Amino acid sequence: MTNKISRRAFLKGSITAAGSVAATTSIARAAKSITKKETQPLATLIDISKCVGCEECVYACQEANAPKHPKPEKPFPKMYPSATVPVADWSGKQDVTDRLTPYNWLFIQHANLTINGEEIELNIPRRCMHCSNPPCVKLCPWGSAKQEDNGLSRIDSDLCLGGAKCKTVCPWDIPQRQTGTGLYLDLLPALAGNGVMYKCDRCYDKLEKGETPACIEACPEEVQTIGPRDGILKQARKLAKEMNGYIYGEHENGGTLTIYVSPVPFDQLAASVETGDGKPHLTEVKDMMADGNNIAKAMLVAPLAGVAAAVGKFYKYSKEDDNE
Amino acid sequence: MNNANKTLRYLYFITLFFITLSGFAQMPIFSRYYIASLPGLGWLGEFYVSHRIHYIFAVILSGLAAYMLVDFFLGKMNSRKITRAGVAKAGIIAGLIITGSLMMVKNFTGTPFSNGVIIFLDVSHLVFCMGLLFLTAME
Repeated sequence: MTNKISRRAFLKGSITAAGSVAATTSIARAAKSITKKETQPLATLIDISKCVGCEECVYACQEANAPKHPKPEKPFPKMYPSATVPVADWSGKQDVTDRLTPYNWLFIQHANLTINGEEIELNIPRRCMHCSNPPCVKLCPWGSAKQEDNGLSRIDSDLCLGGAKCKTVCPWDIPQRQTGTGLYLDLLPALAGNGVMYKCDRCYDKLEKGETPACIEACPEEVQTIGPRDGILKQARKLAKEMNGYIYGEHENGGTLTIYVSPVPFDQLAASVETGDGKPHLTEVKDMMADGNNIAKAMLVAPLAGVAAAVGKFYKYSKEDDNE
Repeated sequence: MNNANKTLRYLYFITLFFITLSGFAQMPIFSRYYIASLPGLGWLGEFYVSHRIHYIFAVILSGLAAYMLVDFFLGKMNSRKITRAGVAKAGIIAGLIITGSLMMVKNFTGTPFSNGVIIFLDVSHLVFCMGLLFLTAME
């Protein structure tokens, strides 16, 4: 910076700086208005006390979504390095129903508990929780996972490369991979990608036609109720109060569109169910996107700080000039 | 180059290094190719960690960019020049900040952008990054 700055130059500079601040503030306001866009998410209430574990929902899901299931091409291309890119092939085990697979997007998890000396068995339909702010969608590097306007999430099998980041960032490890299918076969199958990830899409195609998801339609016990999240939450709280029960999904990962109501505490259910790959837990989950989003808020302040520093420097030099 | 400008230059290159590394870490490649297994680089295989680091350096970069922009316009009254490569880099950095900021907005709860817009942001952010790396390497 040279030291020949007049008062007029400083005034002009100040106007420029003020313009920058105004522009930054407008951007911040626009960003805020976008994030505040209100939509009515569609949620499902699952009354665990009603589920008899008949698996009608599981078979209905398989049947309704069969056209979307993977049709892998064999032999699979050799992938490198083979130790870190394991082949995931469920095409020969399509009838597996006791866990999540690329061919089974919903399964019944069993919990055997002793409550007040009485042995009880509870059956819990498990599938994607459909988070209100789904990390699988938000952190997918290619936009292969998407969130519909109704808040429900799905993975586009035409775009997914099978990197499984969605599974890694999912608090319940829900998406399941099938090797030998999808876009990666047309790109660099040896070096990038490993198939397609699959999970419950909440029968988005049926919902688009005004129909009900297959699992809800098939349930003989009316375990599930679907509707706007606010209404579903009210219903869940009322039900929990009536049965002196507990709610899961209201706050998990910042809130999900799947709300479970159970007659026993979820920490007891969590300790009782079998968990592992394809068998999600029932423990508390903090909002996984919260830390990143808190840092993101600093983006509104950082440019202002930069502008202030530059103006401060300019003011300092101009004052020094005036004193000379 | 005075000390303040030297410090800014170091800060810019440190920011550029970490923001690029953490940006590429958003793709599931570092674990696959054992890079995350190297001592000190384990965080490259942790998506949430690399995501936060990327955000922190994005905040620093946007502050630096605002500083440089205002400083340039204030200093321009004293005939400060900018080269063509400088204009190109400034344009690319602006593109990175704009697409990155929109992606940050996208990551809040709600569905402000269509999936087509999200894919466009993902791809254009990567293209801008490659452009900046190319121009920096050509210096």
